[in-house]
Amino acid sequence: MSSPAQTLRNDVVPLIASKALWIRRRSFQMVYEAQQGHPGGDFSAADVLAVLYFGAMHYDPANPHDPARDRFVMSKGHCSGAFYAVLAAAGYFPEADLSTYMQPLSKLNGHPNRNYLPGVETNTGPLGHGLPVAVGIAIAGQIDKAGFRTFVLTGDGELQEGSNWEAALTAGHRKLENLTLIIDRNRLQQGARTEDTASLDPLDDKWRAFGWHVEVVDGHDHAALLAALTADPKGRGKPLCVIANTFKGKGVSFMHDNVAWHHGVPTKQQYEQAMAELV
Amino acid sequence: MSAAAPAQSGMFDCRDSFAATMEALAEADPRIVTVVSDSVGSSKLAGFGKRWPERLVNVGIAEQTLVAVGAGLANGGKVPFVSAASCFLTGRALEQIKADIAYSNVNVKLIGQSSGVAYGELGPTHHSIEDMAWLRLFNNLTLIVPADPWQTEQAIRAAAAHDGPVFVRVSRMPVPALDRRSASFEIGKAETLVEGDDIAIIANGTMVHRAVAAAQTLASQGIHARVVNMATVNPLDEAAILDAAVTGAIVTIEEHSVRGGLGGAVAEVVTANIPVPMRIMGFPGFVPTGSAAWLMEHFGLTEAGIVDAVKQTIARKK
Repeated sequence: MSSPAQTLRNDVVPLIASKALWIRRRSFQMVYEAQQGHPGGDFSAADVLAVLYFGAMHYDPANPHDPARDRFVMSKGHCSGAFYAVLAAAGYFPEADLSTYMQPLSKLNGHPNRNYLPGVETNTGPLGHGLPVAVGIAIAGQIDKAGFRTFVLTGDGELQEGSNWEAALTAGHRKLENLTLIIDRNRLQQGARTEDTASLDPLDDKWRAFGWHVEVVDGHDHAALLAALTADPKGRGKPLCVIANTFKGKGVSFMHDNVAWHHGVPTKQQYEQAMAELV
Repeated sequence: MSAAAPAQSGMFDCRDSFAATMEALAEADPRIVTVVSDSVGSSKLAGFGKRWPERLVNVGIAEQTLVAVGAGLANGGKVPFVSAASCFLTGRALEQIKADIAYSNVNVKLIGQSSGVAYGELGPTHHSIEDMAWLRLFNNLTLIVPADPWQTEQAIRAAAAHDGPVFVRVSRMPVPALDRRSASFEIGKAETLVEGDDIAIIANGTMVHRAVAAAQTLASQGIHARVVNMATVNPLDEAAILDAAVTGAIVTIEEHSVRGGLGGAVAEVVTANIPVPMRIMGFPGFVPTGSAAWLMEHFGLTEAGIVDAVKQTIARKK
């Protein structure tokens, strides 16, 4: 494994862009074929996932249990379409497996299962589970003074789960600089805007108050995400929270910032229109 | 049993055995860590924390994070023992136990301290008489309810050696060291402490020594009751249960609700195979105010109560 700090610069941005586009197209095909899924959140998270796997993290898909690997925890497990797509793109399993998404006996359950698939660190689905587990991984690294980093991606509506704030307190208290939380801040939860449901703003101040370092970035800007996620955490003395401002359904005009696409599934016509736009 | 100091003459607090065993395991294996939620004292882990401060992870009063951090530590190569009052560990963090531990199938050991009605007058919020029913639903979660200090040590050692999730239910109620002819412990293996073919008493945890005392009283009256210590509730020793059913009647007893615990587990096996009259002894539900000892008396979880239940159940034999 190479060090991204030395070898990964903005010259990987074109690769990331192509991977992000592929994740959107492939995950939307999965949702269309399964007639199930959460495509709006797949699209808001696609750029973050592409930056993590093709610009920020150290991992070897041939050795998925390498103790030195960087960890990624997909707390918003319902966006399994995008997650499975990026794992396949990263080489954890054959792309052909994606066609089994949510079919009977598929390894690609509606929510990820670590016992079925390499590259999945913990089983998620119920919200508010990923960050506390990621805190535990980071504590293990802290105890061992190990060099790996732990990344976790949550939704924003998910932050209404109290378990996140327990974990935030513990991570801040223990100064887990090896831990990075990325919040997919698309401002839409299942049926409404977060700010109309149980408001989260000022979100950055909340994390600062819990002892975290906060970066607010455009969650669709690959270079900005890359800079935030590859900055050397050593010496920061705090866990990092990257608030990635995103749009649910990003990339397709009729899905953009549209709550109906939280778990909407496309008709044939919508699928074809989306694919025509995702180029 | 060198691990436990007598709490009163001839009686032991199994938490002492747990704590001493944790230190012995930690000396031998650097992967062993303990995780607590402000439950250092109630887990008797202060000595562990003094010796290995970096290996005692205290997340504060936050049971969901407690359990999830255990899962994360296992991911990072540790063998975490997550220890807290059983009522909060299992009730507050049930979904973490389900998703992060059992369904994820990770190598985490959950230690439910001061289980049953040990907290007595503090009331049902602090009692843990539901934990086995909740946890028994997770098919891959090994469940052990040790009966005395020696078996507590054995259970903790077996949990450490087992690759997978384990829950060990530890009591603070004083219990005597059981008299055993051959001492061995294996996950999923019941032990017969008293031989007998008139009826079988299947017990675990703090109820085992009472069952043994009841069997001795019954023997003096010509009734030969077998006493089976069913320390492992999952996986269940079905062969021992079927052997027990061959006596023609079974009484189960546990420091737990009568709903869904050891009694329920035994009944599932008995009814599907060799239906015989059964009596399930335990607590009916939320209990009134009283000390742990008073509650045991009040609900008949005593030597005398077991003797009566055995006679009534034998009378129903076909």
